[in-house]
Amino acid sequence: MSTNPTDLPWLLAAPDDFRAQVRALAGPESAAKARQLALHRLDLNQLHTLGRALTSIIARDTIKTTKLGVLSNGTIDLMLPAFAVSALRHGVWLENLGSSFDQAAQQALDPASDINRARCDFVLLALDHRGLSLLPAPGDREGARGLVDQALGHVEAMRRGLRGASGCTVILQTLPQVPTALFGSFERGVPGTTQWMIDRFNSELRTAVAGSSDLLLDVAALAETVGLTRWHDPVQWALGKFPCAHDAVPLYADWLGRLIGAARGKSRKCLVLDLDNTLWGGVIGDDGLGGIVLGNGNPAGEAFLSVQQAALALRDRGVILAVSSKNDDEVARSAFRTHPEMLLREQHIAVFQANWRDKATNIKAIAETLNIGIDSLVLLDDNPAERAQVRGALPEVAVPELPEDPAFFAQTLLAAGYFESIAFTAEDRQRADQYQANAARAELLGAATDLDSYLRSLDMKAIVGRFDSVARARITQLINKTNQFNLTTRRYTESQIMALESSSEGLTLQIRLVDKFGDNGIVAIVICVPDGPDWVIDTWLMSCRVLNRKLEETTLNCIMAAAKSAGVRTVMGHFLPTDRNDMVREHYPKLGFERLGDGDGGTRWRLDVGSYAAACVPIEIVELESAASDSART
Amino acid sequence: MAQAPVLDKLTSILRDVFDSDELVATPDLTAQKVAGWDSLGNVRLFLEIERVFSIRFSAMETTSLKNVGELVTVIEKKTRR
Repeated sequence: MSTNPTDLPWLLAAPDDFRAQVRALAGPESAAKARQLALHRLDLNQLHTLGRALTSIIARDTIKTTKLGVLSNGTIDLMLPAFAVSALRHGVWLENLGSSFDQAAQQALDPASDINRARCDFVLLALDHRGLSLLPAPGDREGARGLVDQALGHVEAMRRGLRGASGCTVILQTLPQVPTALFGSFERGVPGTTQWMIDRFNSELRTAVAGSSDLLLDVAALAETVGLTRWHDPVQWALGKFPCAHDAVPLYADWLGRLIGAARGKSRKCLVLDLDNTLWGGVIGDDGLGGIVLGNGNPAGEAFLSVQQAALALRDRGVILAVSSKNDDEVARSAFRTHPEMLLREQHIAVFQANWRDKATNIKAIAETLNIGIDSLVLLDDNPAERAQVRGALPEVAVPELPEDPAFFAQTLLAAGYFESIAFTAEDRQRADQYQANAARAELLGAATDLDSYLRSLDMKAIVGRFDSVARARITQLINKTNQFNLTTRRYTESQIMALESSSEGLTLQIRLVDKFGDNGIVAIVICVPDGPDWVIDTWLMSCRVLNRKLEETTLNCIMAAAKSAGVRTVMGHFLPTDRNDMVREHYPKLGFERLGDGDGGTRWRLDVGSYAAACVPIEIVELESAASDSART
Repeated sequence: MAQAPVLDKLTSILRDVFDSDELVATPDLTAQKVAGWDSLGNVRLFLEIERVFSIRFSAMETTSLKNVGELVTVIEKKTRR
């Protein structure tokens, strides 16, 4: 099996009758079937075939799509179907809008251009060094700096033009390095060489995008991963201004797909680990604690250690770890407790499932315990039969193919991009610990005699404030990835959230929940917009981690108190059903709202402000200080 | 006669690339007779030929061949060592 990243080795090989299967896509199941086909390892022609089929499925089934505009100084036509398939692989139905070769600047800067009038959700600015005036001027430091600044300014002008005209999120690219040097090893030290200018451009662009609400597609890193001499194809550039080798397009498209998926909240949250021959060599049940292969001084032991290192590093950036293994529970845990070479310990694992049930059942139980969707899970398992069983029973779980050699496990897992991220918040750093605290709360629940006394014993505080810049990234993240406890599932970009911070109309709420086991972070978001004498709850969502804590009632108390002091007559609620949010179908009636009837594809509800009596809740409300000072300023 | 195995492979490539099971590679077949065989289709076709035969074409070769017969001649030249 290939370990070459351009082969996307973590994906299953395409079926032999792939083209026939694509052609058979028809009927009500075709969207789901197309999604399954997109999960395979496809070459450019297969991506083309499936991509065209997706276009007709979208048109026929009126699927809700995300619209991507693409501007480039090269020919991108062959990439567009690949973009659509790859985005679907990451959970997003994408509609592409290309533009003629080398029209990037005109399209971006003219408010009436096709791209700007199309109201894209995202626009990819796919430029490389040939599309920016970076003419080499070796030795002329000032001149070279000026050229790089000009190029950055040009990109910034295009970014502003696009954003200003349509409010889209712009995806900016770093420039792939060139594989040729005039000076050899000396090249990057000489100001004004092409390599020096590309380095400088990329470093400044990365900084600029990190501080904005736009997104970065790090094509320079991608091209390095592929290898620069393989990335660039001078024949194809000469032939038709194709910006990179066609062989690299499937991986390029997958990188774009996972970025858009991440922006839409589709990234995975939890890594489920098999044990025998995945985290260590050998079978602990047969070989015993002393017989398993792990640790320094042994090539296989080193390889398994690298898998554990990768898992721990993922945990540190907010990925939850779980174990699912066919093993005796005590025997499996003994390795985590006493094996001196184990890096992973019991405290790192949020849910530990070692038993003799089938894997799919265990994996479902893990998702239920953690209160996350099955589509948030990744299973790392060396055993092809187990992988096939889980894929068959739970197609939503991501299950990477793995090479025979465990030395490639970590690299393959990370290369697949399941945990692609567009922000890194303080909450992310603490998330794994928060799930551990949830397990402790569950134990306390077992000890408490009834729910009320349990909830009171938690000493909960809700820290409540309006949206502010400090919480902007986390608020945007929650709005875009909360699927289950979400009344309307409306998604907003970071710039739309920023606009709400300074709005004096209606109400925005961010709610952080703290209890005696720790800080759960921001877990609930509300947006109310005025409608005459009423408020409409545009958005109400909550993290499922804090279900059954009376936070819904607490949140309603906050909304009604604010409505009262703003002189609002009635608060209106909408429930818009999706395939994921059935748990909030009865949300409004449970809270005492009166049904108004159907509307906008869901149900509509009202609650009178004057007669509302605050619910009695076991949560103390504390005003958020930064929010208070923010609103004092406005 | 030497052209037959190459033509067979080309038939299957043409069907894959242009998504039509009716296509048959014959020496006198030209791009004009095949739906989808435009300049971008031509790039996809040559890409697939390169992959299947493990050969590379120059930019000149990609654009200058007149019909499938000429294509077969180039493929045979490149696959002969």
